[in-house]
Amino acid sequence: MGAVLLLTPGCCLLVALTVAGLRGRGPDVLLCYAGVAGSVVALGSGLTLVVAHLGGHGAAVTTLGGQLRADSLSAFMLTSIGAVGLTATLADAPRRSRPVPSPSYPALVLLFLGAMSVAVLADNLGVLWVAVEATTVATAFLVGHHGSRHALEAAWKYVVLGSVGVAIAFLGIVLLYAATRSAGVATLSWSTLNGTHPALDPSLVRLAAALAILGFATKTGLAPMHSWLPDAHSQAPAPVSGLMSGVLLSVAFYAILRIQAVAAPVIGTTMMRSLLATAGLLSLAVATLLMISQRDLKRLLAYSSVEHVGVLALAASVGGSLAIAAALLHVLGHGLAKATAFVGSGWVLETEGTTRISDLRHLLHRRPGIAIPLLAAVMALLGLPPFSLFFSEVGIVVAGFQRGMGWVMAAMVALLMAAFVALVRRLAPMFLGHRSDDVGSPDRTVPGIVLPLAVALAVTAVAGFAAGPFATLLTDAAAVLSAP
Amino acid sequence: MSESMYAQLVGLCAAVLLLCAVLIVWRRSLHGQIRLLAAQGWGLGVLVAVLGIHEGDGQLMIVAVLVLALKGIVLPRVLTRATVTDNGDLREETPLINTTASLILVALLMMLAYLVSRPVQALGSTPPVAAVPVGMAVTLFGFLVLSTRRHAVSQLIGFLLLDNGIGTIAFLTAGGVPLVVELGVSLDVLLVVLILQVLTSRIRAEFGGADLDDLTELRD
Repeated sequence: MGAVLLLTPGCCLLVALTVAGLRGRGPDVLLCYAGVAGSVVALGSGLTLVVAHLGGHGAAVTTLGGQLRADSLSAFMLTSIGAVGLTATLADAPRRSRPVPSPSYPALVLLFLGAMSVAVLADNLGVLWVAVEATTVATAFLVGHHGSRHALEAAWKYVVLGSVGVAIAFLGIVLLYAATRSAGVATLSWSTLNGTHPALDPSLVRLAAALAILGFATKTGLAPMHSWLPDAHSQAPAPVSGLMSGVLLSVAFYAILRIQAVAAPVIGTTMMRSLLATAGLLSLAVATLLMISQRDLKRLLAYSSVEHVGVLALAASVGGSLAIAAALLHVLGHGLAKATAFVGSGWVLETEGTTRISDLRHLLHRRPGIAIPLLAAVMALLGLPPFSLFFSEVGIVVAGFQRGMGWVMAAMVALLMAAFVALVRRLAPMFLGHRSDDVGSPDRTVPGIVLPLAVALAVTAVAGFAAGPFATLLTDAAAVLSAP
Repeated sequence: MSESMYAQLVGLCAAVLLLCAVLIVWRRSLHGQIRLLAAQGWGLGVLVAVLGIHEGDGQLMIVAVLVLALKGIVLPRVLTRATVTDNGDLREETPLINTTASLILVALLMMLAYLVSRPVQALGSTPPVAAVPVGMAVTLFGFLVLSTRRHAVSQLIGFLLLDNGIGTIAFLTAGGVPLVVELGVSLDVLLVVLILQVLTSRIRAEFGGADLDDLTELRD
């Protein structure tokens, strides 16, 4: 069973090296479908771990002498990475009509997927940090892929701010390690720390947790450290934007959850709760303000990601099994919907030649093939039922009220409403209406494959209702973090 | 190694680290800053070696060689390559604040470093723990350089200063992180610097200079 943990990182690294080593001489199908293959492996091993978990009553799977470890939370995150990755890469897999990508593109996408899978599977905060930093390394040239001045500027800001932010998190991890060392158990393994509760020095752990959360919050895209996000997510190629918005932010959020679980027994939750609640509300406010007058579709979607990570931060600040289970449902729903929306925006760019919102009109009438999946994804992101984002947001608010955070939750609901209005106001004219002199017949062709997007949206639509094994998985994964 | 000599060596290395960091803030010449950064890398490597000898830790000695090679030799070489140009823009021409103000800020940040390091003093009163504020100060100076300098290479230097500071804290408080993490971190830092070096040359080709004030086209 332990071999499953090695499968995703191993396959991704191997195929990435093969693709890079062949320097474009390999078969085209390898270049076109390498990212899809990596996602399939991640999804397959994630689902295998989930099934094993549900069948084996919650024992964690380990390998490499405990270096890699998958409990229900890791299994869920790996499944999300695979599902979102498959949506983004398969829907936009190059076809005959399009040029084969240069070999660096699939190689970097694979390294990106591999790094994210190591991040969620490593039972070591240091290795988690190395993997999160490796995602910056892998995506730097993907952000700058187009080679334009804008892409270059976005890549520079992304690498500098991302690396510096994550460096702060490393300082926090170093101090945590120093605290464990002085307590006589030098370790960065959270399973050990959560299982044995060594007597750590509270003031040192407080400093360490604050720095680590601050650092990973930069990578999560929480305000006020979000300024790189709209640039990077709008300049990257659409599938990469989908992956970065859909799962990379969640992987960084996962790091925050692990840090929180390690620190909470030592210092309580008060400090981290106020830190995360402030960052969450600020993210919601900033995202709403900048969505109101946003002129570019991809930047609008990027700010919507800032909004949704704000919701995740608020869920983490509430804590407890309901809020965390809702947050994980939100991770999956947002990931699938955002990947779909970014792929759709990529198709808009390809067919219309622009992502300026004012230049895009009557899309439902003129290009229903592209507009329908894009509109459905936007509706999911707005938090409309039946999509699971509605249920996860309701779950977080209910949990917040139960835990005495009524004012924070009221502010969150008000800001979510404002964000809803802002998004609808910007996007409604883009989709709706048609000119009377528009005689051309609707263009139903799609420059990609719709099926993965349809499946992703269908999963988002039913996930909120899911009971049985899926609900068990979410509550088990939440229990991992709130375990005594 | 006797205890007093150990304490003196740790103090000496910390002093070298701090002096290099202050001088980096003071200097405008990029080549001068890179040489100081290399000297700081050597200081950090020797510090790790001293700690390794004192603890009798063979693994730490390997790490010391790694740190010396990476921070003392490889990274400064990469930075030097990033400064190679035909029009010789080798000075930080337009920092946001002048040298005098920078040095006053350095003094303030030094005090802040002592304040921030107070929780760390709980680890005991050994010579390395006493030197932790130096690591904090170097980290904060890195932030200062990152936020006030506008040349691409200066920002790289600021990032490496930050990294050296965090590395110093890691070695002083915990004798370094586990080897597998240390290797991963070193590889990540090397790759980030290589990426930024490539981006610097592309920015220079695209914008006609490595001054980041030109990077203002993406905004809302």
